[in-house]
Amino acid sequence: MTVNRILYVIAYIVLAPFAGILLEGIDRKLSARMQRRVGPPLLQPFYDVVKLFKKQVISVSSTQTFFLLTYLILMILTGALFFGGGDILMCFFVLSTAATFLYFAAVASSSPYATIGANRELIQMMTYEPAVLLSCVGFYLSEGTFNVSRIAVSEFSSILYLPGFFIAFVFILTIKLRKSPFDTATSHHMHQELVKGLTTEMGAQNLALFQIAEWYELVFLMGVVGLYIINSNPWSIPAAVLVVLASWFLEILIDNTSARMKWEDMLVGTWMVTLLTAGVNLLALMLIKA
Amino acid sequence: MANIKRSPWLLHYDGSSCNGCDIEVLASLTPVYDAERFGVMNTGDPLQADILLITGGINTQNRDVVKQLYKQMPRPKVVVAVGVCACTGGVFKDCYNILGGADEVVPVDIYVPGCAARPQAIIDGIIQAVELFQQRSEEHDRLVRDMKAWGKRKPKAES
Repeated sequence: MTVNRILYVIAYIVLAPFAGILLEGIDRKLSARMQRRVGPPLLQPFYDVVKLFKKQVISVSSTQTFFLLTYLILMILTGALFFGGGDILMCFFVLSTAATFLYFAAVASSSPYATIGANRELIQMMTYEPAVLLSCVGFYLSEGTFNVSRIAVSEFSSILYLPGFFIAFVFILTIKLRKSPFDTATSHHMHQELVKGLTTEMGAQNLALFQIAEWYELVFLMGVVGLYIINSNPWSIPAAVLVVLASWFLEILIDNTSARMKWEDMLVGTWMVTLLTAGVNLLALMLIKA
Repeated sequence: MANIKRSPWLLHYDGSSCNGCDIEVLASLTPVYDAERFGVMNTGDPLQADILLITGGINTQNRDVVKQLYKQMPRPKVVVAVGVCACTGGVFKDCYNILGGADEVVPVDIYVPGCAARPQAIIDGIIQAVELFQQRSEEHDRLVRDMKAWGKRKPKAES
């Protein structure tokens, strides 16, 4: 059992960047097809990062690299805890700590664009945090444990008890993945009011570190989506993969069909959705389980 | 030697352009021409850019801006002047405030003529710039390697 867990952790650390590259490559290709363009090659994110590592390092603040490395390591730790079958509550706490270091990395440069981006990142954290914490509570109420390894081998898929939590989680994925309409902290596309927001002052290898951390985060978040589906039946694994790919497609579709929201609308809208889906589900679950 | 020419990120700066060339630069990113199939991304951030694309001539007000943008870009970098104004000053050449083409202030590598330059010509210029970018990157790698080797040879006792 322990050997298995170590294998899962190693597999995550080694394979997650590749999975992240493929998922992001699919994103860019699909986005291009949705806009009737040909689009870049599938491995474009990989080419970008290779190039970034080879560029000259110009950094306004030398602590930025340290903060970004910490962000990357904490992100890897989050995923390792999750895929090693650890405590899901702990995973999300480490994830929040990682996000805080990203905030530090952005404000370390004292650039106005990066600082506004960083402030918006904090607002985004405030926006998605209730849904994330409620997800953990939901898993505990339905399965009686925070332990990922035990949730993954439960008799029924968690989504049967937690459909509302699932909707809330997929909703906040759009914020976590920095996709439109909630990409207020970093604008993924060119020429916008914040230049590149949070990442404005990150160049060369610093931006590459950020990108790699994003891949690890993407795979971890997709893992959480899969956790809603997976149960003791081995056939639930392909089902989980299908649901993960479907939610990724949904994110790309939303990204391509919506314009950016103001942060007030994002905050109120997300909290309303969280309250209406996860909140109502939580009440129902407490009535059933009581 | 890693192949980095697959990922050229552009920084587009509009000098004193009439916006004709700028529209064409943006057109080369639209579905018809789709420069992203070569990995081209139009970033607004000099710190992340590889190719500086200048449209319009240089005047007394934007001289320092162009210089600063060029300085903020990390090596290896390439400069492309798009349109006849950015190449030589164009029809505005003799105006009291125009200093001339982009090569008055920064070293221009690729000149894309035209008024306005057509998207095909712009993409062709970018592809040539990308080849140069790869070459510069190899030179940069060699420089970094040599500097590291030199650093190892240097006696430590002095410091």
